[in-house]
Amino acid sequence: MTNNNPLPPKERMKIPRQRMPEQPSAERRANFAEVNLGLSTALAHQEALRCLHCKSHHCFTGCPVGVKVKDFIELVLAGDFLGAAAKIREDNVLPAVTGRVCPQEEQCEGCCVLGKNGEPLAIGYLERFVADYERQSGQVGLPPRAPMTGKRVAVIGSGPAGLSTAGDLVQRGHEVTVFEALHELGGVLIYGIPEFRLPKDIVRQEVENLTRMGVEFRTNVVVGRTVTVDELLGERGYHAVFIATGAGLPVFLNIPGEHLCGVYSANEFLTRVNLMKANQFPAYDQPIYDCRDKNVAVIGGGNTALDAVRTAVRLGAKTASIVYRRSEVEMPARVEEVKHAREEGVQFVMLTNPIEFLGDDRAWLTGMKCQQMELGAPDKSGRRRPVPRAGSDFVMPVQVAVVAIGNQGNPLVQSATPDLRTNPLGYIEADPDCLKTSKRGVFAGGDIVTGGATVILAMGAGRRAAQAIHDYLSHGTW
Amino acid sequence: MYRIIEARFLAPEVKLFRLEAPDIARKQQAGQFVIVRVHDHGERIPLTIAASDESTVTLIVQGIGKTTRLLNTLAAGDAVCDLVGPLGKASEIHYYGTAVVIGGGVGTAIAYPTAKALKFAGNRVIAILGARTRDLLILEAELREFCDEVCVTTDDGSYGVKGLVTDQLQALIDSPNRPDFVLAIGPIPMMRAVAEVTRAPAIKTVVSLNPIMVDGTGMCGGCRVVVDGRSQFACVDGPEFDAHQVDFKILSARNAMYRAAEQQALADLNQHPPELHRCRLADAQPGAVTPP
Ligand SMILES: Cc1cc2nc3c(=O)[nH]c(=O)nc-3n(C[C@H](O)[C@H](O)[C@H](O)COP(=O)(O)OP(=O)(O)OC[C@H]3O[C@@H](n4cnc5c(N)ncnc54)[C@H](O)[C@@H]3O)c2cc1C
Ligand SMILES: Cc1cc2nc3c(=O)[nH]c(=O)nc-3n(C[C@H](O)[C@H](O)[C@H](O)COP(=O)(O)OP(=O)(O)OC[C@H]3O[C@@H](n4cnc5c(N)ncnc54)[C@H](O)[C@@H]3O)c2cc1C
Ligand code: FES
Repeated sequence: MTNNNPLPPKERMKIPRQRMPEQPSAERRANFAEVNLGLSTALAHQEALRCLHCKSHHCFTGCPVGVKVKDFIELVLAGDFLGAAAKIREDNVLPAVTGRVCPQEEQCEGCCVLGKNGEPLAIGYLERFVADYERQSGQVGLPPRAPMTGKRVAVIGSGPAGLSTAGDLVQRGHEVTVFEALHELGGVLIYGIPEFRLPKDIVRQEVENLTRMGVEFRTNVVVGRTVTVDELLGERGYHAVFIATGAGLPVFLNIPGEHLCGVYSANEFLTRVNLMKANQFPAYDQPIYDCRDKNVAVIGGGNTALDAVRTAVRLGAKTASIVYRRSEVEMPARVEEVKHAREEGVQFVMLTNPIEFLGDDRAWLTGMKCQQMELGAPDKSGRRRPVPRAGSDFVMPVQVAVVAIGNQGNPLVQSATPDLRTNPLGYIEADPDCLKTSKRGVFAGGDIVTGGATVILAMGAGRRAAQAIHDYLSHGTW
Repeated sequence: MYRIIEARFLAPEVKLFRLEAPDIARKQQAGQFVIVRVHDHGERIPLTIAASDESTVTLIVQGIGKTTRLLNTLAAGDAVCDLVGPLGKASEIHYYGTAVVIGGGVGTAIAYPTAKALKFAGNRVIAILGARTRDLLILEAELREFCDEVCVTTDDGSYGVKGLVTDQLQALIDSPNRPDFVLAIGPIPMMRAVAEVTRAPAIKTVVSLNPIMVDGTGMCGGCRVVVDGRSQFACVDGPEFDAHQVDFKILSARNAMYRAAEQQALADLNQHPPELHRCRLADAQPGAVTPP
């Protein structure tokens, strides 16, 4: 590829990383509109000029699905934004989504050479820029469809893993039906990640593109209840099944008082707002506990916790706090979310672990008994293990608590499919490369195999599965 | 969209619906429910499948708040946006000997399919139906078709025996006809009272719990109930549980969690006649109704 950058490397390094235009924090606290406004063409060009176009190409290896970063940046510099988007789409079918939600600092940007002595190239911003440009241009280049093969594939779950598999398989001429338990499509992208980080129109547009490519979607089907995997492979006439049901089972703390009114799982809190639009009650029917004038505590330190606490801010909470048992450096959330949360007035109560929820005589939450922690030796995850400090108990007055300490695999499909092997944590066992399960014709990928991970990893798994399913359908050998 | 084939009132505010849903109908077992979303801006509410045939499911709905009242304004030919199921565990049906099935209010509709299944398993089935007054009694004739005995109590004595279902249950326990199994479905105070009556004589008693649900698939945990000191998700672990182990106090408290919002929604609905909502329903999904 030609080098479109007119500047010598030294000059490129002098350009500062461009800042993402944002909604001011005082304003955005009171609305659910997207916080990041996106780069202008000029800012995008200026940022792209920073790329050193280095031979080592670490950004590419840092990307879990191997997006050809250097090549798409070149196309941005040439002003060919649609070409840049198409280049990304060769490896990543949801660029408008990943450009917004990937933990770039640990992936492409974390490997960028510019980051050694300064700030890395804003690859995520640029990915988002070209994806948005493409979408707004209305010229999303839908790939051509191969002649029909007569083979039918059932995909269970419409999260990033299911969507990417479906897209790849229709392109190869297979007939694909996606079965989704909820009434909307997109998985966590719809019910989990809030509007202010990922506008739902973007997800709907991606689904719309897949529909135009020929994917059939069926909502309100709970596989394992409405129909079983064996029925899909038998009387329903599918030749292969891909299970992408995610990690949707909420984990609770198992401490006294968890049943009190005002204690939510993050899944429930976020689903009420994102899927059911409880923030717009009474225009929408589903309510959520009125957080105005309440102290809200969210327990956990991941993206889910940050999404919940920032949602609480927007629901009018008097105070909104993250309560985390380790310290800030161990928090698994994206750096940008932590920064945004802090700007929005979220308080970070670190090295603190709740041990009991306290309630009044009507069984409403009034407070949270907590223990202070200190960090000991590193545990299995490599992070230092928090240990309680003796005699450090204190009570935090809160009226709403949201538990965001992780999810497990939902067992509905597995329990209705006895010959599907699962691991002790309840996740489906699948070959990491070809995603085959213990059951002939059945593949699985995404969070239901790995446990809660990331959008890009789920999407990558979906694409590997599509390849493996295509091979299986072509040769018939298992 | 899921089309309504039949809709008729069984009692004031209690309406029977038959909806086209072949996939659900084929799978339904006694004790299971569906989640319904009536319109485009609607909430998801659980309703028990009272019966099913080849291609339709029957729901019996008591209009108590916005969503159920709105649903009850719909007629044959209308449709609901979303219908998903069958959800929850099926009732455990065994041969016990004498089984008493107690239905309070619309709980009778929820108990109906299980009563039938208990009869089919060879039990002697005695139904005790409780209602505030005669007009509110439902499904008496349908139960008489297969039950060995049907006994009705009303609070005001307008029909059957004046008094509470638990008085009748106690009488049965004291008689030579002592029940071997009790299923009680109705308002929480009724289920709690039944559990107390059968606790000392140690008669196996099952109740069907009605916590607030969202997804109905185990994803949100909002429906958690405390049974035997442990948290359980009613939508996947239930909705039926051992009555003697259920913490009814927690269930009542949690069910009152959105009272203020529910009252506001109902007041708004009463101010805007339901016809208006139905229009909007039609606008929201132009042409989306599936042909019969
Ligand atoms: C609040 C939150 C914030 C997050 N933030 C980020 C982030 O910023 N960046 C990032 O990279 N990752 C983030 N993640 C993680 C990321 O969203 C997930 O790793 C990813 O969505 C997993 O994709 P998936 O396709 O495996 O499953 P999911 O997205 O979970 O989709 C699974 C789908 O399957 C459906 N389903 C389940 N069971 C059945 C059944 N029996 N029948 C039919 N359908 C079924 C579900 O309803 C769901 O729609 C976040 C997760 C959460 C919860
Ligand atoms: C497993 C199960 C089966 C049920 N079967 C039937 C049935 O066959 N027929 C019938 O008439 N009713 C049934 N119910 C109860 C029915 O779901 C509620 O009456 C209905 O949700 C009330 O909604 P609303 O908007 O009309 O009333 P609201 O005014 O919103 O609420 C009135 C009361 O209903 C309960 N409720 C509210 N929202 C929900 C919700 N999303 N999920 C569950 N409960 C809620 C609360 O206790 C609330 O106080 C069942 C409930 C469960 C859990
Ligand atoms: S209703 Fe959400 S877990 Fe039961």
